[in-house]
Amino acid sequence: MTPTLTSFLAVSAALFCTGLLAALSRRHAIFILIGIELMLAAANLNFVAFWRFGPEPQQITGVMVAIFSIAIAAAEAAVGLALVIAVYRHYRTTSVDKLDQLKG
Amino acid sequence: MSAVAFVLISILTLAGALAAATLPRLIHAALSLVVTFLGMAAFFFLLGAEFVGLVQVFVYVGAVAVLIVFTILLTRRDIEKDRGFNWSGAVIAIAVFTGLIWAILRTPTLAMVAPQIPPLTVRRIGEVLMTGFVWPLQCVGLLLTAALIGALILVREEKR
Repeated sequence: MTPTLTSFLAVSAALFCTGLLAALSRRHAIFILIGIELMLAAANLNFVAFWRFGPEPQQITGVMVAIFSIAIAAAEAAVGLALVIAVYRHYRTTSVDKLDQLKG
Repeated sequence: MSAVAFVLISILTLAGALAAATLPRLIHAALSLVVTFLGMAAFFFLLGAEFVGLVQVFVYVGAVAVLIVFTILLTRRDIEKDRGFNWSGAVIAIAVFTGLIWAILRTPTLAMVAPQIPPLTVRRIGEVLMTGFVWPLQCVGLLLTAALIGALILVREEKR
């Protein structure tokens, strides 16, 4: 038997929820970025899987969107990690619980 | 598309992702993230999108993972006390997973096998990129330049 689209979507859903777990339950800012990267990777897997199983494989929009999504994720990671370094330089911590200066 | 390869890659990817989400040491989590990214690239190869798999390896393993490791090493001083794991996040993640799986398994049209398709060549990707997707390509170039400049401005030493 060969894997169906359902199995790919199930793996992608599990990957997305693992990313959600990392983004919601960790206190370190870099863990939150790791979680966001995992969620973006799950979305990419969905794009490529729907292209592969779709009715018109000559239209390669799914692959194109995945490539652009990877490029945008790289830009997001660069800016996010620069923000982490800037925050660390200012507050000497990267725990998001301690960054409560804006709290009323 | 072989089922054995699919199961092996799934286990590798999900184990790496779980380790990246739950390991207490940040550097271990970053290395598990590399395993997950390699598993994703293997998925793309399995699906017949070899170019996306190569881009995944170059960008994620080559650039993003190295960037994360560098940031960890630069902000290392307060890593020791990463205590506390917020369990409400785990509850929310499990609830979202249950909902997604329920919706996926309830849709019978998704249970189809992959059709036979001609191999996707890099030539075809290049043609599409230079014709139909030329404006998104330019916008992504602009976005990457802006992100580079923004990141440089953010991490520049402030004058005191």
